[in-house]
Amino acid sequence: MQILAAYPALGPRGALYRWYPFQGVAPPPALQLGGWLAGGRHWHFAIAWLFVMNGVVYLAYCWGSGEWYRRLFLPRRDGRAAFRQVAFYLHLIKSPPPSDFYDGLQRLAYSGVIGVAAVMVLSGLAIYEPVQLHLLTTLFGGYDGARAVHLAGLGMIALFAALHLVLVLCHPRKLVKMITGGQHE
Amino acid sequence: MSSARASVAGVSRRRFILGASAGALLGGCQSRPVSAFLRAMQSWNGGFQAWLYSANRLAPQLPATAQTPEAAIPVYYISDFLPQPPPNWTLSIGGLVRRPMVLTLAQLQEMTAVEMRVQHHCVEGWSAVASWRGVRMVDLARLVDAQPSARYVEFRSFDSNYWSSWDRASAFHPQTILAYAMNGHPLSAEHGAPVRLYSAVKLGYKMVKYLSAINFMPAPSGGYWEDQGYDWFAGV
Repeated sequence: MQILAAYPALGPRGALYRWYPFQGVAPPPALQLGGWLAGGRHWHFAIAWLFVMNGVVYLAYCWGSGEWYRRLFLPRRDGRAAFRQVAFYLHLIKSPPPSDFYDGLQRLAYSGVIGVAAVMVLSGLAIYEPVQLHLLTTLFGGYDGARAVHLAGLGMIALFAALHLVLVLCHPRKLVKMITGGQHE
Repeated sequence: MSSARASVAGVSRRRFILGASAGALLGGCQSRPVSAFLRAMQSWNGGFQAWLYSANRLAPQLPATAQTPEAAIPVYYISDFLPQPPPNWTLSIGGLVRRPMVLTLAQLQEMTAVEMRVQHHCVEGWSAVASWRGVRMVDLARLVDAQPSARYVEFRSFDSNYWSSWDRASAFHPQTILAYAMNGHPLSAEHGAPVRLYSAVKLGYKMVKYLSAINFMPAPSGGYWEDQGYDWFAGV
């Protein structure tokens, strides 16, 4: 947020994007880490590298252990279940569809956020090295396009985290299971 | 216009003062392990950028239609007033070179010129496009016969001694030039007259305006923003 505050606008100088409603609106200082832009960048890159390493280890584990099969959203297997889960939450149907490790909607959400995380890393690299990685940057519609994607991804991850927290607060007992791994069935 | 531009510089100065005090504050309350962690990650980050850098990779040349209106390009300098070149301005080139030189603007303009229109990336997050004309740094290095031991290049200015130091590879990139013209006219005082450093492969704060001297060095000598905490390599 410290970084966004340094130029709280989207689009190149002299040709700002018309569709972005928050041109010139800086994020609240309470969300700005690091004291100033240089400090904010240090935090940003430090955490970003840890995020990348964490992601690589996680994906390697999921692939190596075969865990991906019960975690990943597979449209054919989970599409209908996810749809029915939404209907259940909206009280349109009385009983939830059968679920095993995750239900269909959870698979959709968790797989989706992994996709967003990958887009965050790629769009971040595109902003970070727009000349050395210019093919990647072009893929995101150039430097300013990649900045917009990066900010949108941040919004999506923040939304995901907020929803996740609200759901955990609604079902506090699940939290114990999430941390201990729950019972093995 | 000039008052608006001066206020831009005022903002950057104010931001600097704020930043410096915030930096001091952070230095005071950030525990040693935290700052050691940030430093370690920063050095990894710099190493990654240097590893990724390729001397053959060129930034794309952009069409004239991509050019940013000149009035929309921010103007930064650190002095209280728009820096004015001293009368009889010259550029001294020295350090680890076999033929140290003092060049006038006319002498620079006699050298082979290149023209480039590339995207500018500021550390603040904005981008802009202008076209630049000048002499390739690598040609200048050949002229003064820079020694192989000169692994770094330092650029100094008459803007309250604003300076920056570069790695040799980036300084010798074919798109790193000493620019004396912008968008087809001589450089204005706002954009670093009479001669500024311009490059497609670094962030804006590395491209020293208002040049006064270039020194070929055995070791890096930091820089105005770099010494306050900004990334030294700052490649794009």
